Amino acid sequence: MALRSLVSRKTLGLASSGLKLQFRGLQTFSLPDLPYDYGALEPAISGEIMQLHHQKHHQTYITNYNKALEQLHHAMEKGDSSAVVKLQSAIKFNGGGHVNHSIFWKNLAPAREGGGEPPHGNLGWAIDEDFGSLESLIQKMSAEGAAVQGSGWVWLGLDKESKKLVIETTANQDPLVTLGPLVPLLGIDVWEHAYYLQYKNVRPDYLKNIWKVVNWKYAGEVYDKERA
Amino acid sequence: MVAAAAATAANPLACSLFPSKGLRGTASGLQWTKRQCTRKTGPLTVTAKFELKPPPYPMDALEPHMSKETFEYHWGKHHRAYVNNLNKQIEGTGLDDMSLDDVVLVTYNKGDPLPAFNNAAQAWNHDFFWESMKPGGGGKPPGELLQLIERDFGSFDEFVQEFKSAAATQFGSGWAWLVYKANRLDVGNAENPCPSEEDKKLVVVKSPNAVNPLIWDYYPLLTIDVWEHAYYLDFQNRRPDYISTFMEKLVSWDAVSARLEVAKARAAEREIEEARKKKEEEEKNFTDKNPPEIFIDGVADDSESD
Repeated sequence: MALRSLVSRKTLGLASSGLKLQFRGLQTFSLPDLPYDYGALEPAISGEIMQLHHQKHHQTYITNYNKALEQLHHAMEKGDSSAVVKLQSAIKFNGGGHVNHSIFWKNLAPAREGGGEPPHGNLGWAIDEDFGSLESLIQKMSAEGAAVQGSGWVWLGLDKESKKLVIETTANQDPLVTLGPLVPLLGIDVWEHAYYLQYKNVRPDYLKNIWKVVNWKYAGEVYDKERA
Repeated sequence: MVAAAAATAANPLACSLFPSKGLRGTASGLQWTKRQCTRKTGPLTVTAKFELKPPPYPMDALEPHMSKETFEYHWGKHHRAYVNNLNKQIEGTGLDDMSLDDVVLVTYNKGDPLPAFNNAAQAWNHDFFWESMKPGGGGKPPGELLQLIERDFGSFDEFVQEFKSAAATQFGSGWAWLVYKANRLDVGNAENPCPSEEDKKLVVVKSPNAVNPLIWDYYPLLTIDVWEHAYYLDFQNRRPDYISTFMEKLVSWDAVSARLEVAKARAAEREIEEARKKKEEEEKNFTDKNPPEIFIDGVADDSESD
């Protein structure tokens, strides 16, 4: 069993990203560290928001995801199909919350560490080709993010089939992959918890300022990897 | 005492908070009841747009359980934006002289919502939410409402658990509701073979984003807003604390009781109306199948006289 744990850690390469292995190989997840301080994205996003968002919201998704996975494990062991099916919505919501937030933290960077710096290289060219310019991509993504009803996300993704960049929105914590063969390059959280303490009801202002701390370098790396 | 409170509260609630009866089934179209808030200005009758109604208590009246700041944003910004955007969307569309209830139902468009649905339903939901609370609320519901809750949920505590759980587990933005369900089979030729008073019961439901139980043909009695903007300034991520505070300190059981009275009366009226229509239909069918003899005699007479 110890061997199995060791092997899956190694092969999955997740040892450092907070993956833990519990009894009988059941994986549980823990909160990944932020690659910057809570206050480092100010004034675009306040330290208070970042701390609550990371320590409370993301942590809660992880806690409930682990709970649901454990219940799933037991339900599968017992061959209880209706329990397995019933768990799907909790897994999608909480697992999606974990997936999305893990991407989101990497999508942001303090201005002094390159946050907001326009994408160079292949992604920069692809944006010009598919959207005309970075400005028009930003405008379109901001508009679509502002129009999301209730809670959700707006994404810049790479369509693996057409090799084109696409802008999509997902409801609640649905990850981008629920829409098709799309790789998320940049996700912006438009849940109220992502901006309310600072921007209150004015979501468009949040969507205007967040571009000052977008980590295009990370998005470019994912793009290069997927296009390679 | 309670009955008196219910009776006085019933009228204003009745005007705006329930769908006008008979909306379903009027397939022939726009026979919607017009809103009562038209006003005369000189020779012209101007139909007022939907107005942002002030909450039934001052903005700071729910302190410390719901802060004045939350209220100022929630009512003053969010609710106002829903109403303003709705008015812009429906101007000149023919929706602008319906009641808000009807706009909600019409724009829901049988599950394929029109653009105005979100704003219409959110305008409705917030009106209903403000009136679901009162300063010094909470506690236990009065008399008959409590009996029904105990009948349908086992006990008041079990109801509270179910309501709290619905509110806490609504994924993302939305609402949790206590509704009165009149449980009619609403499918053309289907009929409930053994209808009884027990068919009508209290049920807890939750709904995503703007959706409200009018679209399921339920009578809403109580709601809690679980969009994050409803509690984030006061409770941040602690939605369960907000829900407990709402139940323990804010719920206006008087309003819920009054709505129940109206809902029961509406459901009864509707039953009578439906029974009358059904009887008419049957009589019509009978007449169609069995034309009166006098008609035949008449024809016979005519032919003879020719």
